[in-house]
Amino acid sequence: MIRSLGAVFLLLLSFAAPVMAQSGSAPTIPQTALIQPADLAAQLQRGETPQLVQVGFKVMYDEAHIPGSIYAGPTGKAEGVASLKQAATSFDKDKPLVIYCGCCPWTRCPNVAGAWKTLTELGFKNLKVLYIAENFGADWAEKGYPTTHG
Amino acid sequence: MAKRALLVILALSLFGAAPAQAVPLPPGSVAPSFVRPDLAGKPVSLKALRGKFVLVDFWASWCPPCLIEIPHLIALKTQHAGKLEIVGVSMDDDAASAKEVAAKHPFNYPLVMGDVALGKSFGGVLGLPALFLIGPDGKVIKNWRGEVPPDEIGKAVAAALAKT
Repeated sequence: MIRSLGAVFLLLLSFAAPVMAQSGSAPTIPQTALIQPADLAAQLQRGETPQLVQVGFKVMYDEAHIPGSIYAGPTGKAEGVASLKQAATSFDKDKPLVIYCGCCPWTRCPNVAGAWKTLTELGFKNLKVLYIAENFGADWAEKGYPTTHG
Repeated sequence: MAKRALLVILALSLFGAAPAQAVPLPPGSVAPSFVRPDLAGKPVSLKALRGKFVLVDFWASWCPPCLIEIPHLIALKTQHAGKLEIVGVSMDDDAASAKEVAAKHPFNYPLVMGDVALGKSFGGVLGLPALFLIGPDGKVIKNWRGEVPPDEIGKAVAAALAKT
């Protein structure tokens, strides 16, 4: 029975692993690098707008994103990392930079870890990752935090 | 009163743009009657499925929990053959990614491509997976967002079917 369950688990993992393996896992991002949605929303409300970058998927960005954020993803894929590196040439390393995705539950997000690693390697020290536990809808838009689309 | 309203408007304008529509259709809402071609080009009509229970599954190739759910949904369709229909809506940016996944699973339900408009017609799909169980009357019975234990979906479907 246990062997059967193990086989099923391995089978399921074989379908999901390729997506996860491309970028590492979001929980590997240090806690000190995270910013909570409520804290970022409060910053925005005070007019302290950091550079904002959505590193997820285009259809999700088009449906809703934080006003002022640019799209540079999906960093779970090689082309997304290249897109982020290109976009990063216009980022100011002296100003706060916040990246976010929210496509999937945090522990399953294929994008933010790769984006954090890429930008860290590029020398961005004033970098935070928006911690989105479930998804952008539940943890940001439905909280009434500023959202736009298109 | 007017002063308070003015303050609210001022606060909203300072806080940024108006919120995008982002609440998934709650139970009791009429599901949209979309018609989309499946990955082979054959039209799939949600309206044509009225009279049956339908599970609409928003998924994408880049969404690990979505991929984990697929074998369970295939099994669920088999279990309730003739009573339950499933429509998979891929939110991938391109059909090629969806077709890659389609080739890896013995899908027994149609897959169509989704987009912003289709997501918004379901109240907003701002994260995956997202599922909607729709009754024979075309109304949403239940929705799920995020990673859900497959047996929870199976139990909800079984409960809904048992009421008919």
